[in-house]
Amino acid sequence: MTWSATARGAHQPDNTAFTQQRLPAWQPLLSASIALPLFFCAGLAFIGLGLGLYYSSNGIKELEYDYTGDLGTSNCSVCAAAGQGRAPPPRCSCAWYFSLPELFQGPVYLYYELTNFYQNYRRYGVSRDDEQLSGLPSALRHPANECAPYQLSAAGLPIAPCGAIANSLFNDSFSLWHQRRAGGPYVEVPLDRTGIAWWTDYHVKFRNPPLVNGSLALAFQGTAPPPNWHRPVYELSTDPNNTGFINQDFVVWMRTAALPTFRKLYARIRQGNYSAGLPRGAYRVNITYNYPVRAFGGHKRIIFSSISWMGGKNPFLGIAYLVVGSLCILMGFVMLVVYIRYQDQNDEDEE
Amino acid sequence: MTELLQWARYHWQRLVSGTPRDDDERPYSYFSLLACGGKPSRTPRAAGKHRVVVPHLWPFKDEYEKFSGTYVNNRIRTTKYTLLNFVPRNLFEQFHRAANLYFLFLVVLNWVPLVEAFQKEITMLPLVVVLTIIAIKDGLEDYRKYKIDKQINNLVTKVYSRKEKKYVDRCWKDVTVGDFIRLSCNEVIPADIVLLFSTDPDGICHIETSGLDGESNLKQRQVVRGYAEQDSEVDPEKFSSRIECESPNNDLNRFRGFLEHSNKERVGLSKENLLLRGCTIRNTEAVMGIVVYAGHETKAMLNNSGPRYKRSKLERRANTDVLWCILLLVIMCLTGALGHGIWLSRYEHIPFFNIPDPDGHVISPLLAGFYMFWTMIILLQVLIPISLYVSIEIVKLGQIYFIQNDVDFYNEKMDSTIQCRALNITEDLGQIQYLFSDKTGTLTENKMVFRSCSVAGFDYCHEENARRLESYQEAVSEDADAAGPPSGSLISMVKPRAPSCRTVHNGPLGSKSSNHLTGSCSASGSGEGASEGPHSRQAAFSSPIETDVVPDTRLLDKFSQITPQLLASLDETTPDPPLEALYIIDFFIALAICNTVVVSAPNQPRQKVGLSALSGMPIKSLEEIKSLFQRLSVRRSSSPSLASGKEPWSGVPHAFVSRLPLFSRTKPASPVEEDVSRTDRSPQGSGTSARPIETEKRNGDTDVAGSKAEPLPGQPLASSLCYEAESPDEAALVYAARAYQCTLRSRSPERVVLDFAALGPLTFQLLHILPFDSVRKRMSVVVRHPLSGQVVVYTKGADSVVMRLLAAAAPDGPSLEKQQVMIREQTQKHLDGYAKRGLRTLCIAKRVMSDTEYAEWLSNHFSAETSIDNREELLLESAMKLENKLTLLGATGIEDRLQEGVPESIDALHKAGIKIWMLTGDKQETAVNIAYACKLLEPDDKLFILNTESKDACVMLMDTILKEIQKKNPASPEPASLSEDLHRPPAAQNSGLQAGLVITGKTLEFALQESLQRQFLELTACCQAVVCCRATPLQKSEVVKLVRSHLQVMTLAIGDGANDVSMIQVADIGIGISGQEGMQAVMASDFAISQFKHLSKLLLVHGHWCYIRLSNMILYFFYKNVAYVNLLFWYQFFCGFSGTSMTDYWVLIFFNLLFTSAPPVIYGVLEKDKSAETLMQLPELYMSGQKSEAYLPRTFWITLLDAFYQSLVCFFVPYYAYRGSDIDIFTFGNPLNTAALFIILLHLVIESKNLTWIHGLVIVGSILSYFLFALAFGAMCVTCNPPSNPYWIMQEHMLDPVFYLVCVLTTCAALLPRLTYRVLQGSLFPSPILRAKHFD
Repeated sequence: MTWSATARGAHQPDNTAFTQQRLPAWQPLLSASIALPLFFCAGLAFIGLGLGLYYSSNGIKELEYDYTGDLGTSNCSVCAAAGQGRAPPPRCSCAWYFSLPELFQGPVYLYYELTNFYQNYRRYGVSRDDEQLSGLPSALRHPANECAPYQLSAAGLPIAPCGAIANSLFNDSFSLWHQRRAGGPYVEVPLDRTGIAWWTDYHVKFRNPPLVNGSLALAFQGTAPPPNWHRPVYELSTDPNNTGFINQDFVVWMRTAALPTFRKLYARIRQGNYSAGLPRGAYRVNITYNYPVRAFGGHKRIIFSSISWMGGKNPFLGIAYLVVGSLCILMGFVMLVVYIRYQDQNDEDEE
Repeated sequence: MTELLQWARYHWQRLVSGTPRDDDERPYSYFSLLACGGKPSRTPRAAGKHRVVVPHLWPFKDEYEKFSGTYVNNRIRTTKYTLLNFVPRNLFEQFHRAANLYFLFLVVLNWVPLVEAFQKEITMLPLVVVLTIIAIKDGLEDYRKYKIDKQINNLVTKVYSRKEKKYVDRCWKDVTVGDFIRLSCNEVIPADIVLLFSTDPDGICHIETSGLDGESNLKQRQVVRGYAEQDSEVDPEKFSSRIECESPNNDLNRFRGFLEHSNKERVGLSKENLLLRGCTIRNTEAVMGIVVYAGHETKAMLNNSGPRYKRSKLERRANTDVLWCILLLVIMCLTGALGHGIWLSRYEHIPFFNIPDPDGHVISPLLAGFYMFWTMIILLQVLIPISLYVSIEIVKLGQIYFIQNDVDFYNEKMDSTIQCRALNITEDLGQIQYLFSDKTGTLTENKMVFRSCSVAGFDYCHEENARRLESYQEAVSEDADAAGPPSGSLISMVKPRAPSCRTVHNGPLGSKSSNHLTGSCSASGSGEGASEGPHSRQAAFSSPIETDVVPDTRLLDKFSQITPQLLASLDETTPDPPLEALYIIDFFIALAICNTVVVSAPNQPRQKVGLSALSGMPIKSLEEIKSLFQRLSVRRSSSPSLASGKEPWSGVPHAFVSRLPLFSRTKPASPVEEDVSRTDRSPQGSGTSARPIETEKRNGDTDVAGSKAEPLPGQPLASSLCYEAESPDEAALVYAARAYQCTLRSRSPERVVLDFAALGPLTFQLLHILPFDSVRKRMSVVVRHPLSGQVVVYTKGADSVVMRLLAAAAPDGPSLEKQQVMIREQTQKHLDGYAKRGLRTLCIAKRVMSDTEYAEWLSNHFSAETSIDNREELLLESAMKLENKLTLLGATGIEDRLQEGVPESIDALHKAGIKIWMLTGDKQETAVNIAYACKLLEPDDKLFILNTESKDACVMLMDTILKEIQKKNPASPEPASLSEDLHRPPAAQNSGLQAGLVITGKTLEFALQESLQRQFLELTACCQAVVCCRATPLQKSEVVKLVRSHLQVMTLAIGDGANDVSMIQVADIGIGISGQEGMQAVMASDFAISQFKHLSKLLLVHGHWCYIRLSNMILYFFYKNVAYVNLLFWYQFFCGFSGTSMTDYWVLIFFNLLFTSAPPVIYGVLEKDKSAETLMQLPELYMSGQKSEAYLPRTFWITLLDAFYQSLVCFFVPYYAYRGSDIDIFTFGNPLNTAALFIILLHLVIESKNLTWIHGLVIVGSILSYFLFALAFGAMCVTCNPPSNPYWIMQEHMLDPVFYLVCVLTTCAALLPRLTYRVLQGSLFPSPILRAKHFD
């Protein structure tokens, strides 16, 4: 019987697939037979990826050195001991000597690593003023309240850059010297200290306040540097493109680390003879030891690392892929057994 | 938690509305057409104070100001809000939900600088969104109410204006107390009015109360005494009386007051004088009255109650788990606080990251730990799903949408579909364990069909009638498949329609009536099916199957011997056969007049048939009892649009009728023209009895000559009379009498006119009616017999009662007495036989009284009527005095046919593990037979009958039965405890003895006593089915209460009548059948269906789906929140428990609010673990819901464990992947978030058994919205959201292969266990649900 529109009762529901809940649907029947190929395929793919990742991670070279200076471990212990209990610690230098038997494949990145340093501690992490850092003049004069107690100096001047993060800026510095031949002179390896921050951070997020009479110093006039700093922010570097809030060390530091053990990029080695990497030979890293970490049980490390498409050295991802892939294969086999053993039974059930 | 808050909210609402009545206590929830769902916003004045109403005309101005000035006018406002107060009031209401308060608390907490975790504004967002959504919903609802209010307020009525000295049009809202109002027929009453004038000569006015209580039958109202006698209309100018009445109250059945004339004479007012707002004037040309209550003080408005509020089992379960979540939250926060304290004590003096306060002090670890606790609560707040409650509400709306839109629930005969009146217990439908069903009207059609009668000891089995019914039955079942649209008009009728014709050809009927094929073809097609047309309820109880009784030939033969001469020799001692004839005459007179049936002619649908000029002793006795509530059940107004031509037509009965000599001889001729015009004028008006004529017309289309005789006015054709009876039984008997040419012609309060075949019209002076009540179980009429002049009492009632009231007769007495004994024995035998066949039996008896006897009784009765104290008892006593020493005339058997599809439904529900109890007021045999007929009891079931007269016997019997069951069922363990018994798998019960239990009302009374309850329940637990017969409404509800509270089971009660209301309200789910017995059951119910058979789909399919959907969705919500929040928690271990979030706050908030909110809702609305067909075919699948398998405490904890595992994977895979790198906080959070999104969404895909394009759309949409948001936010937010700055992070990551690798690995590793589990489950130990999936 066909229903004409007029013959329909006023309250008759529409007979559509939607209202009658008969929409065509994919009904995933999760059973061994269907999941089998899925598991095997996924397992194989994961193992393949895992192998790739593992080898590419293994291909990355890393050279690291702990220069915290725990008792007698290195010549930095002197500095460490000297700085003990004094803040700010006196200027102190130490060096790390190492030699490369073969070429350290480039591009080589120089990192420093801090451990046990809680940049992600909430009260630390919020203690900054992004508007000030973006060069907003008003924010320069009136730092955000979050910066307290590093908002205003003792003299009542606004601190620029304000806040605990800026105040705790990492201030060790490194220089790399290469001795081509044994007994030969050490040549300084040029460290590219630019381009270590995110492009967007350096170009957009961090801006210096508008220059006053073409002078950055005047722009910052009437502000105080953070208490731990020895020099004002506009003197962080002599390079006008790398000083003030857009100093790349500063920008890198301000991108607070996710975990209490973290690295920060210090420099890239890519210039001159060193664009292909660090050639074999003896090296010396001169360290200006300023940053006190021993008070909180932290360590400072210096790391040379090459870089691949997957970033720094990290075997975990490859291994994890391998493990998960193997699990998938294993499950696949279990399901194969299940499939073979129980399929007949299920068929019987259905009959 | 929510339970508490709902409770608080509810009570607060009650407080505000000021109506101190409890949901559970109020007997019926009356529902007004005029103000749906609103609640009175004004407090009715305390009872006891009186209201004085004086006319609102200027001579009384001062007085009016004094008395009536403060009464509210007729403007109504059911809206909760106005434009001005909407925001504050809505907020105020919303904050009565504990969940909202909790989130408000969090917001406030975040404003405390010491514990602040997020930016202050951000925490407000979820709350604001939720509040806004609810506010919009409330606002829209309120706006709809506002529009309805406005519409109603602007309706026009006629109010007397002194200025113009006539009745002028005025808006309803301008009507005030004391106004005189004049209403015409079919107008809606604007306020509560005291009736002062009616054009009806008897001073009667009929009102239809369907707007008030859904009952479409008419009720009589009377003009105030003293005014009825006036011929002319009351002149408002001259009206100088004043009315004093009680303060406004919500009791529809009470109105007390008096009218005081200027001469201080007082006239009592009762509810009979009150016209209630919202009712419609019917059958009366015009009425006039004075307003006593207006607007919100009218009874209709005071009876408005809000929607029903119930909490489902699943939600109660979910609420406990919310509490678990709170505990979990507290544990996590304590961990954070403790961890932070310890961490801080290690680094207390490191100014690098332990930042001192501005004053240089460093916060102590202990204090910091304490603050951290609160910070953590803010941070991890998402664990308590704010969106859960909103989502549940949305999902339930969706579920209800689908239930209401299921075409399978559509009843085309009534053009009605399922009504969901309770919005929040859909999932309870999937967990029903006990079903309590009424019998009459629920399992059966409540269409009483006269089947058999026994007169003077002879059984007349009416075989032809039986055959007619059988053919109907087949036609119906055939017709059900064809599902033809009810035919519209005569024209459309004549068109042959294929399916209908098939019906006829297939049925036995077709062959029989082949000569009438064209006629009966179309007719039978719509046959019985169409007879329940959309407005059939108005022409209640009069489908052809009921009205057209085919007489028994043997009885007809005896009838033919009846001559007036026979009656003339009434007083002489007559030989046996004539005596039998007398019995027959009396029997049919009793059938025809012993009732409260109202006769109306179909061509004057709203006109009573009565000789209005009758004079005589007006007996307005027993006013207080039902007589004035005689259900006249007359049709509604005959507007053609309403009728829309779904008039039942049937030629089938005619096919038989016309072949019967008697009928064809006396068949009244009807003018065709008259017929056609009548049909045109009021298509549905031509009553059922007109049908044979119509058919005849079609049959003999060309032969219209000789049928021109006009029916006499006031003397309508016998077959065109409509009988409108209080109960269908009565109508059936009257129709049966009509079949034997004993036609009830008219009835007025004073007399009854009867057309008796051989004797001509007989006019009985009606002396008294003792209406039916459930205590006496009988009714009587006292008439003066027109032939003998004697006072005769005709009594009709339940056999058990009437048999006891018969005049005692010794077996060895005179021959007359001997014969009586013989008749009694025979009749009892026949009665037993009828009951065995499942017929409803009634006994007919009479008593001849001498005038003195009667006078004596009458005086007694009057004193009873006029007494103030225990009037009811006195009246009962008086009735007892009248109804004894009866002479048995005979008995009738009336069949109440099973509804279509009932046995199948019961069978399916049985298989679904639902225990079905039938609770009926019928007698045991009838009930048992119906139980067998509807497969409630199987033929090989062992039947135990509990029918004892004393409690001790009851105990003994129950003991014996229990022992017997245990003996036969050695396998099943002794039901040591009820709970154990309950959890015994139904399979075990099935394996053993199949037992049914029948218990009668009296025994039930014992069984319901405290001491026997346990034993009774134990006994019933052993039985597949329980039949309670002779149960009172109260017992019904007590049984439900007992089972519900003692067995802790989910109960469903289904019924159709007022007697089921209490049961429906007590059960977890009440279902009303919108049938013939008014709307009270529907009004009290949570769901209203039109046929019992719909119940099986409602439970097995929708119930199952709703339960599975909602429980899975709730579990998913818990999973989702725990999994996501734990990411934050794990991070605390690496940030010194400092409450840092590695995710941008906006993303964090939106994650729950936006990115992952729609998929679970869609899942909750659309999930289908099995197709509807499978669920219907395998009712066993329903058991999973009964056992709450989808949501056990175990399931909850497994879900939480899985959530923990997934969050661990989701956190630690990225953690190890990025450990030791130069990653910053928010860059680290990005892959976590992204992976979590994929995990959470794909988890849903794994759990879904049914994925449609809508799922696909929503999931893809969620993912896209996440990425789009992250990209847009990352591109635009340079400094906007310190310190969590997402600037360019997503963009960086989208170019980073490691990001993808991490996300893929995380997602796969997190979902692997669940996927494996599901796969293995599907193969190794498929649940019945999965197994059934293969059948799809």
